Amino acid sequence: MEVLTDYTLRTVALGALLLGAVSGALGSFAVLRKQSLLGDAISHAALPGIAIAFLLTGSKLPLVLMIGAALTGWLATLLVMQVTRNTRIKYDSALALMLSVFFGIGLVLLTVLQKMPYANQAGLDSFLFGQASSLVERDVVTMAFLGGIALVATGVLWKEFKLLSFDTDFGTSLGLPMRRLDITLTTLLVIAIVIGLQTVGVVLMSAMIIAAPAAARQWTDRLGIMVLLAMVFGAVSGVMGALFSAGTSRLPTGPTIVLCVTVIVIVSMVGAPKRGLLWRTVRQWRSGRRLRQSAVLMDLYALAGQHEEHEHPHALAVIEAMHPHTAQLRHKLLALAERGFVVQTGAAEWALTPAGVREAEQLLEGNGEIE
Amino acid sequence: MVVAAACALPGVFLVLRTMAMMSDAISHAILPGIVVAFFLSGSLSSPLLILGAALTGVLTVVLVELLTRTHLVKEDAAIGLVFPALFSIGVILIARYAGDIHLDIDAVLLGELALVPFDRLIVGGYDLGPRALTIMGGVAVLNALFLVIFYKELKIATFDAALAAALGFLPGVLHYGLMTLVSVTAVAAFDAVGSILVVALMVGPPAAAHLLTDRLDRMMILSVAIGIVGAIGGFWLAHELDASIAGCMTTVVGVCFGAAYLFAPHRGVVAVLRLRRRQRWVFAQKMLTIHLLHHEGLPEADRESRIDHLQGHLQWSPEFAERVVRHSLQNNLVLQQREHLLLTDAGRSLAREAIVQA
Repeated sequence: MEVLTDYTLRTVALGALLLGAVSGALGSFAVLRKQSLLGDAISHAALPGIAIAFLLTGSKLPLVLMIGAALTGWLATLLVMQVTRNTRIKYDSALALMLSVFFGIGLVLLTVLQKMPYANQAGLDSFLFGQASSLVERDVVTMAFLGGIALVATGVLWKEFKLLSFDTDFGTSLGLPMRRLDITLTTLLVIAIVIGLQTVGVVLMSAMIIAAPAAARQWTDRLGIMVLLAMVFGAVSGVMGALFSAGTSRLPTGPTIVLCVTVIVIVSMVGAPKRGLLWRTVRQWRSGRRLRQSAVLMDLYALAGQHEEHEHPHALAVIEAMHPHTAQLRHKLLALAERGFVVQTGAAEWALTPAGVREAEQLLEGNGEIE
Repeated sequence: MVVAAACALPGVFLVLRTMAMMSDAISHAILPGIVVAFFLSGSLSSPLLILGAALTGVLTVVLVELLTRTHLVKEDAAIGLVFPALFSIGVILIARYAGDIHLDIDAVLLGELALVPFDRLIVGGYDLGPRALTIMGGVAVLNALFLVIFYKELKIATFDAALAAALGFLPGVLHYGLMTLVSVTAVAAFDAVGSILVVALMVGPPAAAHLLTDRLDRMMILSVAIGIVGAIGGFWLAHELDASIAGCMTTVVGVCFGAAYLFAPHRGVVAVLRLRRRQRWVFAQKMLTIHLLHHEGLPEADRESRIDHLQGHLQWSPEFAERVVRHSLQNNLVLQQREHLLLTDAGRSLAREAIVQA
């Protein structure tokens, strides 16, 4: 395998894998808490932080830049919370505003930086669109370190975060510091975003936060499985994106990763059992068919009710007359016969079986208004 | 300036309809539309570009709604899924097929306002002024027209969607009309200022105006005004700092919002804090009068109406109790006789009113 031998490719793939896994895990909480777009805001707001960190230290060490990015991303989140709490500005407006304003400030700082007599400021703008190919081992080590911290913290506070996502009030009543937990979880999300910026860039980072968890959500109703699945999906699409873009010329890594994860989302939405669109359609069709069969069964039962015994046979034409709009009556009767509820007694004559009578009576008890 | 005005108008409705993030989504998602239109027309100045972008903008809205309607994901996640995917397609298209021509992602995202005056629109030999200005002017007029014609309909649909539907206003049509407008504006604007500034100009001024007024018409006028202030201020700042114009404009819009957030009458943080403090005193005085009324004429009145007793009974700190008594004396709610407090008629009626209200 090329991945194992080529140094650059291995580094990039490893970075993308880490990033996918970490953002999948923390993104799960964001998606469940309807804060998907917070990731977008944080990643934009990280830009001024990167510029300021560079301005203050003059270093391009990934850890330094990431800390700067995390600080402003975090500040923007706090401001969004404050504005929505204190005024009637709604969450989405506050988010869009902070996002664009912080990004604007970042732009100003970047352009100011470019005019400064530094030799090595180049490469800062790779944070805008991400440049996975520029990843070196040092970056991946930093990513692994920060991502590891975020994952361990999530594991330790697992129960608390679960409560925060599903029943905040109950958490408060248990005496847990829900507001502080909220801030902690958001901080972890900020870390997850910051480590991805260099690889996929500001604009596409939000997709990494949302897509893998949204896909994972379709497969399960359990939080633990969802988080694990999201991590797997994120990691897989990260590695796949890295490989594709390495194998093809002029195929930028970030967007390729995003398209990979989008494909996973589409497949999940269509094909996932229980929730998937395909299954839902099949299920609806099936229950519709059941319902129409039951209607015929009830007709037979009502007709038989006029005779001594419930199993009195009736001509097809009579049953049809009960339900002039029923198409393909024979098919339904045959289906009912297959289920053992009716039996054909003559050329065009049908009667309920004892099992059919019981089924009809049960239906009547269940929903008495059918009569 | 024209851009600012054009953006602020539809922005008002985005903010009020809690669809602000759609502006972000649309401004990113139109990229593939522009790229495809560019491939078809072969030039950057073709009107096809605007058409293509507007179509992609509407496509974004439709996709988001389809996704939301499946109930598989919530609306915010749907937005977050659609626009990065479309943006990625756009970026990849550019990188693969347009690497050597002048269609820069940086320029798309960040805008290059300084170049605008040099790109002049020449129709039949006549110089009609900077191209972007003409287009933006047209879009601004279009926006204004749409809003004036459908003002009443939009207003009702925004504040009471059910009523609008009952009156037969087709909220869906209005919705898509508005969204088309947003995409057209975003396209026309980001040519000049980049997609991030579009978001700032669409959301910032209306959000600030929302804090300043309760009336829709005033909010629209104020938004345009704030947008223009942001544009001029940003231009000046950029000139001073020699920095990105789009970035500076965004920053100034942010500052405007910050100012509105802090100092807006009635709704600003400062005003709310002052109101809360005043209410605290009013409430404390009411408590005092109720307390006095409660024990008035009873044997323990002598003990209960002592000033130093208040501390223990109402759990007020000595300074607080002293200030409440001073305020009450000033407002003629109580009279002081040595250490005892007596209710005045005004104080008595205030207490009775308060009890009835409670």
